[in-house]
Amino acid sequence: MAEPFTTLTSLPMPLIRGNIDTDQIIPSREMKSTGKTGLADGLFAGLRYTAIGGRDPDSGFVLNDPHYADSQIILGGANFGCGSSREHAVWALAEYGFRAVIAPSFAPIFAGNCVRNGILPAVIDADAITVIAKANSPITIDLRAQTIRLDDDQNWSFPIDEEAKAMLLEGLDAIDLSLKMAADIATWQEADRAKRPWIYLGAKQ
Amino acid sequence: MRKWRLFLPEPTTLFGKLWNSHAVAALPGGGTLLAIDRVFLHERTGASALNSLAEAGRAVADPARVFAVTDHIVDTRPGRTDKTLMPGGQVFITETRAAAKAAGITLFDVNDSDQGIVHVISPELGIVLPGCTLVAPDSHTCTQGAFGALAWGIGSSEAEHAMATGTLRLNKPKSMRVRFSGALAKGVTPKDMIMTLIARHGAAGGKGHAVEFAGQAVQALDMEGRMTLCNMATEFSAMSGFIAPDTKTLAYLEGRRYAPTGENWDRATQNWRQLVSDANAAFDTEIEIDASAIIPMISWGTSPEHSVGISGAVPDNASERPLEYMALKPKQKLAGTPIDAAFIGSCTNSRLSDLRRASALLKGKTIASHVKAICVPGSSRVKREAEAEGIDAIFREAGFEWRESGCSMCFYAGGESFDAGSRVISTTNRNFESRQGPSVKTHIASPETVVASALAGVIADPRTLQDG
Ligand code: SF4
Repeated sequence: MAEPFTTLTSLPMPLIRGNIDTDQIIPSREMKSTGKTGLADGLFAGLRYTAIGGRDPDSGFVLNDPHYADSQIILGGANFGCGSSREHAVWALAEYGFRAVIAPSFAPIFAGNCVRNGILPAVIDADAITVIAKANSPITIDLRAQTIRLDDDQNWSFPIDEEAKAMLLEGLDAIDLSLKMAADIATWQEADRAKRPWIYLGAKQ
Repeated sequence: MRKWRLFLPEPTTLFGKLWNSHAVAALPGGGTLLAIDRVFLHERTGASALNSLAEAGRAVADPARVFAVTDHIVDTRPGRTDKTLMPGGQVFITETRAAAKAAGITLFDVNDSDQGIVHVISPELGIVLPGCTLVAPDSHTCTQGAFGALAWGIGSSEAEHAMATGTLRLNKPKSMRVRFSGALAKGVTPKDMIMTLIARHGAAGGKGHAVEFAGQAVQALDMEGRMTLCNMATEFSAMSGFIAPDTKTLAYLEGRRYAPTGENWDRATQNWRQLVSDANAAFDTEIEIDASAIIPMISWGTSPEHSVGISGAVPDNASERPLEYMALKPKQKLAGTPIDAAFIGSCTNSRLSDLRRASALLKGKTIASHVKAICVPGSSRVKREAEAEGIDAIFREAGFEWRESGCSMCFYAGGESFDAGSRVISTTNRNFESRQGPSVKTHIASPETVVASALAGVIADPRTLQDG
């Protein structure tokens, strides 16, 4: 179960490039165990360290900028999280301490993985992201109101589907929600088994 | 007063039929609880999904419909064991084996005769079937849509969800039809079709859509070609890509291990015949492409949308970062660019027909002496069948390495890779930065184009080659 997400105030870290893929978020070589932890060190490894597999910080990369050391929000570019479906990308972001990514668009698998791990994927347009990045000051995300506030004059709303919102707000586990519908599932499967017996392998074919 | 109306069922798309036939319940907020017929895991993430499920005290609801394979990081050099070139990779294999056993699911293990890349062996074994929903924690699961299935890649948490409940919670994507009219010219392949689509409509062109591939050029493809086409639907940002099943689909599946038999086969094929988009079904988006105008494609940048025809050049307005990474200049011609290595493999282009076409062009020739060339069959079955036809000998004599099956150098996991910074022409599906190794510059193309380039030592047009 993920930590509930209601409001979050933090200085956002700008990483505004299109097509930040999951290989960049966590290179495959950094996925060293079969668990969901121990990944924060590998977050953005290819960009963050001076050499492949090394651990010397590249001072030119924003994650190493002390100004953003406590950032819990990433400002991203279009199609954020594209590429491999590896959930490790989201686990690494979460373990490092990020709770939200704001981008003009997300790869769908990545956005789904975010929600399941308590990270908010918020979509606002690229111009708004530029404004926030320029301001270089803390913003407040209010998930219930679906708004991102920079200051008194500037705030933006973002869309999110109802279920993703509910899961984030309450830190709900999707599996528990679906297991509550076990009776519906069983009824459906019984009817389906009569129609498509070949789907049910190893059972009464 | 009511008027009489003729109550005909509303025309429905193939996607609508696949979706509706799996809708278990509507969810608050507009989503659907969708039934999942098959789950396929691999060793890269399989153990974490299975272990995490077990730690939460949950069981796999129906283990007979869950499969796993070792393909992603398994070694592909002859005489392989559980040891991998990827540091620490062995743990992924041994833990997946243990977790699969504990969960009671079927595992195609390292030296199993059915081992191979998940999207190659699932059809070989008849695990994917028309009209089924199939998910795997791998984005190229859409490959299997070639069989008229709804197949797509998911994350690990969703894999746990699918295994524990037999369902997934989803929002219905929009429907798109991409119609390839006309016939492909000689030397042009399904890889060139999908690369053309992505080059024209962008790597995000299919976003939010489930894409049906249709039209004369699609119907003309054999099943393996259809898989190549559907494989890269994910590079188009589509939820999935699929093709209505036809007699070729049935002929391919009949007699496969997990395909229905006897009376069930007859019932199944009757059911599968309905899996077409009705004549007047409405799609949210439609795209037409004239297949006869497609030429062999080559990527120049670091996204599959960065692709042009083989006789073309880097666009004048290409953005800086991909060009800097690829060490190319605007307006530079792609053909003639020297390459360091060539790779034939991956779930895109590693099936028997791919290897047959490649070997026909290679026969009796040798590749340029400075090119490191590797061929990795998509499955152990493909490898056996190719060897029975003498294809391995042709590859070897031409100067290629011939490997055991697996994902191999399609992606870099920390083990084996091409030399840092080298330029590779590859039949894979992703030309992302460092996808095939640190700073490796990947150009994706068809097997024909890879062969022509390996022979010439520079990026080359396959249409200039004669079969050996
Ligand atoms: S061959 Fe490459 S793209 Fe295909 S499943 Fe393996 S790693 Fe993924």
